Amino acid sequence: MAPETKHLEVTLDTHVESVNLAEEMCVRVAEAAGFNEDECYRIGMAVREGVINAFHYGNQEKPEKKIHLAIELTLERMIIKVMDEGKGFRLTDVPDPLAEENLLSTSGRGIFLMKAFMDDFDVLPGRTGGAELVMAKRLPLLGSPSSNGSGKASNSDATPHQEA
Amino acid sequence: MPSLFATTREFSGITLVDLSGRISLGDGSALLRKTVRDLLDEGRTKIILNLGDVNYIDSSGIGELVSGFSAVRNRGGELKLLNLTKKVHDLLQITKLFTVFDVFNEESTAVRSFE
Repeated sequence: MAPETKHLEVTLDTHVESVNLAEEMCVRVAEAAGFNEDECYRIGMAVREGVINAFHYGNQEKPEKKIHLAIELTLERMIIKVMDEGKGFRLTDVPDPLAEENLLSTSGRGIFLMKAFMDDFDVLPGRTGGAELVMAKRLPLLGSPSSNGSGKASNSDATPHQEA
Repeated sequence: MPSLFATTREFSGITLVDLSGRISLGDGSALLRKTVRDLLDEGRTKIILNLGDVNYIDSSGIGELVSGFSAVRNRGGELKLLNLTKKVHDLLQITKLFTVFDVFNEESTAVRSFE
């Protein structure tokens, strides 16, 4: 890990309250990193959906299983990883919630929202055998519309990674 | 403290449910489910959900809105939405549910739409 990278890792119980806790933690880190209110909302929502996925689909709501949350702040990006202790899944197997036949489905929108609200999103095999959801958001330029202008970001001199 | 509050009003056979708070995994989604199911059990099938004070919905809450919509429709009724906040509007837009629900900005227009 690069010396500029800040890393936070927590293990959460498979419990509904862990969803709120993970969201709050990530939003606080995002605020400190300089993201504005809208971006913090999107990051919080993506994390929330990731932990709901781990809680419900990955760990099948079994209390003996854990949810592993990791937050990394590099000079360029905020990276969030949510790992469950389930059986894992492939992104290509997830039905498209926007397909006509799925529009009235009562579930299956979490992955779509994570993809929509973050710059990068992927599902990897986790070291515990379950799924590891990896999502990332580019850090805002200070003074840009996506910055909260607080100047609190520890890596405020970072140049955000620009992608085509 | 509960994350969602619901109060109901009646307009000549139409039930307006004023919701405030968060419709999210846990008690928020559960309260919405119970509210709609209770109305259906009482035979009330013309329902407007006023979401003007709902500041947050997650995928669980979206699922509950869709579930309510389908349950009401299966009883021959209609469930419509009123006063979406920007966040809720945007969520329904990107999930294409804006094309599924009847959405209104004026309470009187929403009530008249059942005529």
